[in-house]
Amino acid sequence: MKNIQRVPGALLGAILLVLSGSALADWQLNLTEGVTEISREVYDMHMMVLWICVVIGVLVFGAMFYSILKHRKSQGAVPATFHESMVAEVGWTVVPFVILIVMALPAAKALIKMEDSSNSDITIKVTGHQWKWEYEYVDSGVHFFSSLDTASREAGVKNSGVDVNSVENYLLDVDNRIIVPVGKKIRFLLTSNDVIHAWWVPAFAIKKDAIPGYINEMWTNIDEEGVYRGQCAELCGKDHGYMPIVVEAVSEERYNEWVGEQIAAAEAEANSADKKWAMDDLMARGESVYATACAACHQANGQGIPGVFPGLVDSPIALGDVKAHIDIVLNGKAGTAMQAFGAQLSDVDAAAIVTYERNAWGNDTGDVVQPSEIKELR
Amino acid sequence: MNAAATEADHHHGPAPGLMRWVTTTNHKDIGTLYLWFSFIMFFIGGLMALIIRSELFQPGLTIVDPHFFNQMTTMHALIMIFGVVMPAFVGLANWMLPIMVGAPDMALPRMNNWSFWILPFGFGIMLSTLFMDGGGPAAGWTLYPPLSLQTGDAFPYLIFSIHMLGVSSIMGAINIVATIMNLRAPGMTFMKMPLFVWTWFITAYLLIAVMPVLAGAVTMLLTDKFFGTSFFNAAGGGDPVMFQHIFWFFGHPEVYILILPSFGLVSEIIPTFSRKRLFGYSSMVYATASIAFLSFIVWAHHMFTVGMPLTGELFFMFTTMLIAVPTGVKVFNWVSTMWRGAMTFETPMLFALGFVVMFTIGGFSGLMLAMTPIDFQYHDTYFVVAHFHYVLVPGAIFGIIAGVYYWLPKWTGNMYNETLGKWHFWTSTVFVNILFFPMHFVGLAGMPRRIPDYAVQFADFNAIATIGAFGFGFSQILLLVLVIKCIRGGDKATDQVWEGAQGLEWTLSSPPPYHSFSVQPVIK
Repeated sequence: MKNIQRVPGALLGAILLVLSGSALADWQLNLTEGVTEISREVYDMHMMVLWICVVIGVLVFGAMFYSILKHRKSQGAVPATFHESMVAEVGWTVVPFVILIVMALPAAKALIKMEDSSNSDITIKVTGHQWKWEYEYVDSGVHFFSSLDTASREAGVKNSGVDVNSVENYLLDVDNRIIVPVGKKIRFLLTSNDVIHAWWVPAFAIKKDAIPGYINEMWTNIDEEGVYRGQCAELCGKDHGYMPIVVEAVSEERYNEWVGEQIAAAEAEANSADKKWAMDDLMARGESVYATACAACHQANGQGIPGVFPGLVDSPIALGDVKAHIDIVLNGKAGTAMQAFGAQLSDVDAAAIVTYERNAWGNDTGDVVQPSEIKELR
Repeated sequence: MNAAATEADHHHGPAPGLMRWVTTTNHKDIGTLYLWFSFIMFFIGGLMALIIRSELFQPGLTIVDPHFFNQMTTMHALIMIFGVVMPAFVGLANWMLPIMVGAPDMALPRMNNWSFWILPFGFGIMLSTLFMDGGGPAAGWTLYPPLSLQTGDAFPYLIFSIHMLGVSSIMGAINIVATIMNLRAPGMTFMKMPLFVWTWFITAYLLIAVMPVLAGAVTMLLTDKFFGTSFFNAAGGGDPVMFQHIFWFFGHPEVYILILPSFGLVSEIIPTFSRKRLFGYSSMVYATASIAFLSFIVWAHHMFTVGMPLTGELFFMFTTMLIAVPTGVKVFNWVSTMWRGAMTFETPMLFALGFVVMFTIGGFSGLMLAMTPIDFQYHDTYFVVAHFHYVLVPGAIFGIIAGVYYWLPKWTGNMYNETLGKWHFWTSTVFVNILFFPMHFVGLAGMPRRIPDYAVQFADFNAIATIGAFGFGFSQILLLVLVIKCIRGGDKATDQVWEGAQGLEWTLSSPPPYHSFSVQPVIK
């Protein structure tokens, strides 16, 4: 009998051993410990609750399986007649209540700490878009969009012919990372331009929704330099699975250097809008900007998705009045998923997109739209 | 009874042919309709689950497009919740409640017919949206705006079908309340009612309380989309988070609507096969009532990440953790019922025991999710998917299957094939764990839910889960075969059927007469 009893116990023990151990790279079983004080606290609490559940589970299931083995009719068991016990019933109401209080206290303490984003060193405004993230460093004015990288995007379509296992960081890489310094309290302000998204990096143990009309707050303070990856965690439509987050934590010196580079690059971009662009250059740039800004809905071949997103091939917008075309790109179309791209496209990018849409896929209008025209219509 | 009255009874038998099922007001016929409807929807919803799992078998987009994937996750949930679990419970209630309280039929038989026949039309409309321009709903069954407002032509049809399902549920619930309140046999006081009757009684009140809330929420979505209102549109002064509060004020009691009747079923079955009275009957009743009450004040634990004030998060964390107390009482009572009984392990008992173990595993992960600071890590990951599938599949659905096996000999007059039943249990139990247990791991490792494709480090566990899904899906064909075989013949069942069974249903013949109790039994 003793042997039989040991079997479930040994099995459970084996499962737990696997559960708590740090597993092989591809077989991660448990929550990450992360790289912040909060994330380690969260991990410890997670392990505490897990162990409490395991102990209760072993006791309850142990009693149950003992009963199943011993109290069976085939073993000649005769049913007892008891059907209540005040002591037992009060006991198993009060004891769990006490255990819950033991669990609730540290949780409440941690929560209070997590919700206090005062005295931050850096503020980054995060805006969710279908389906990319916009980052604005409120203090320095650095501002950019961050979308899924091209390698993942191309490998990820159906029948792409590319083995996704060969793509490094498949679906977890972006074109523009956000760079933050270690050892600083970073406050994130979250909002959305369209539907609800959620910004989550597991290594920081922070996740919060980005909601249109709301500005939510959360904070982190990273201990170790490194690259940390996360994903959108709230269903936000067709490409919900394709808007990852990549944070690179660097030293403070490197961070300041990066901020300087970004500001210089933004100035150069603004200047290039004043020169006259050749059609080939606009088409080349248009193709790449179209791929990140437009192709998710209108598709790379411009055919759209019937009934959901209109196609651009032979469409009255792409073949008709240029000003109307620019208007819909900059200001969107109310009541539809077509958002206003004015704020997220530079004059050059907008000009390139409109030029591209009017000449790609056999649209062949021959129209060339210059950045200066976009500037006028803003 | 004189000869004339007996003659009149005979004229009240079932109408011949198909019209029997269309015009029936008989609680058993309607119960049968509900159960078959639910069984068919189980296979349709299951097929959608298999499409989802097939896509997730390997990383890389292989079978469907992301938009269609989202339609499948949305429809799978709507069908399994509103088309499988709820109708199955109502079917069991229709068949058994009048018999268990000693009544001839349900209190409101014509409404009973109506509340069933709305369902096929409601789901016909809902399923037809898959073929419309822009496809079916793809914003998740929770229909959060603004995303749900991007739905194509399907949108008004979806809202209308949800209204129809709501009307059907409310009518069903009113009927159950009316039956339990008015038609109990003399001597059956409230505290003598079988536990299945009690849990359904409380469930019916939950339904009446919250289905109108859902109807209100989806109607506001409808007017936001078509009539220019801005209930949930921030640009018009509305609030997208308000929808989530209203939705989950419905949604959390709904969670208990999906589990309380299964609690009742298990509380009937375990005493029967332990040959021992249910331990702590009155604490079971009070625990059920407490869970129902708490279900109204925990809703925002579904939305810890929306940016609620700290005090709100603390309140909803504490109330949610409290649910563990009455739920624990139930599990302890079931184990105590088994303790020093004389157990046998026929198929209904096996499913009931599977329920207790695996529902408790789902309860444990629920406790973990209740704790706000760590919920930030779990929220909207596969850990949540694992949690609610543990409480709904080996929880609610195992409870339903246990109930079907328990009463099938009573319904048909034939014993089912015990060997086939045991095969069904063991294949279902093994595969359901292969299917859902690895989801805990990928969730903790950081895989978000509702994504059609994933980073390659999640590949192995997803492949395992998909194998489990196909195994579990095909195992259910055994149940179909078993039920059909049992209807067509088999060893004749006695009236008592199970040696240790207690209750009025076992005093009737197997199968019971068309009108259950034409003379009320008296309970001492």
